[in-house]
Amino acid sequence: MAGVKFGVVVFPGSNCDHDAYHAAKHVLGERAEFLWHKESDLRGVDVIVLPGGFSYGDYLRCGAISRFSPVMKEVVRHAERGGHVIGICNGFQILTESGLLPGALLRNDSLKFVCREVRLRVENTRTAFTSQYAEGQVLRIPVAHGEGNFYTDNETLAALENNGQVVFRYVDADGNGSDAANPNGSRNNIAGIINRQGNVLGMMPHPERAVEDLLGSTDGLGVFASLVETIAGTVPTLS
Amino acid sequence: MYKAIITVKLRPSILDPEGKAIEHALQSLDYTQLSGVRVGKEIELTVDAPNREEAEAAVDKACIKVLSNPVMEDYTFVLEEL
Repeated sequence: MAGVKFGVVVFPGSNCDHDAYHAAKHVLGERAEFLWHKESDLRGVDVIVLPGGFSYGDYLRCGAISRFSPVMKEVVRHAERGGHVIGICNGFQILTESGLLPGALLRNDSLKFVCREVRLRVENTRTAFTSQYAEGQVLRIPVAHGEGNFYTDNETLAALENNGQVVFRYVDADGNGSDAANPNGSRNNIAGIINRQGNVLGMMPHPERAVEDLLGSTDGLGVFASLVETIAGTVPTLS
Repeated sequence: MYKAIITVKLRPSILDPEGKAIEHALQSLDYTQLSGVRVGKEIELTVDAPNREEAEAAVDKACIKVLSNPVMEDYTFVLEEL
């Protein structure tokens, strides 16, 4: 069957799973399924979405317990086979905890839960997740997190920058990455990164919450549409 | 049987905003001789191991794999024989 099948993983405490499902299935018209965290059959999905939320109540560390759930073994295998995985917010935290992406997400430097729209600059459009954006395009997408402060050591940070693995960066209205535009203290204003192989992306902002005019922005839809374009080879027509 | 008391803290190179906020609160209450606040967590658990070496090895492994994240945290622990 043509098109792309999205699999949205549901952990106890996930709360953006339905938003991601809605974006893929109802807005883009692709196939989508929920995958319960205890499942070990990915049912032939092309893209795994690790959604936002507070899986396992953020106990121990954000994403630390989810990483050991049965479905994650299969997610790691899927990624190793070159399958696409996107982790959003809590999903990004799970990806760093599981070692699929480098670094860690620390407590926001303000100590506050930040819930607002931010501006993101697309730093790399040569990825499966961003092919529909223009280089340097500035997106309006919401963030909602208390632990989104991306940290990694200097060496890894330099490697991420040099390899084009920084995909999204927090910027101000003029598209500049200032301290004022950084909602959480992330190093180099990093909002989203991709692995070296280019098939695993993690981002703190919520593209699935910016997919319809009703939501105030449609700038997040490009992430899902890019995946469809990359995997199915067709550009989705948006209703 | 042993009891392990594990302390997990952010690595010294990482800014601890919670510690900073507590430090400011202490300063504003005139505890001016107190500074350098770092916040961590303590995890207590029981280890079923025949001797101290094996108990240490088991706790160490769990700390690396699950209880701490080496990217951002350091851990220490003490063992008490039960």
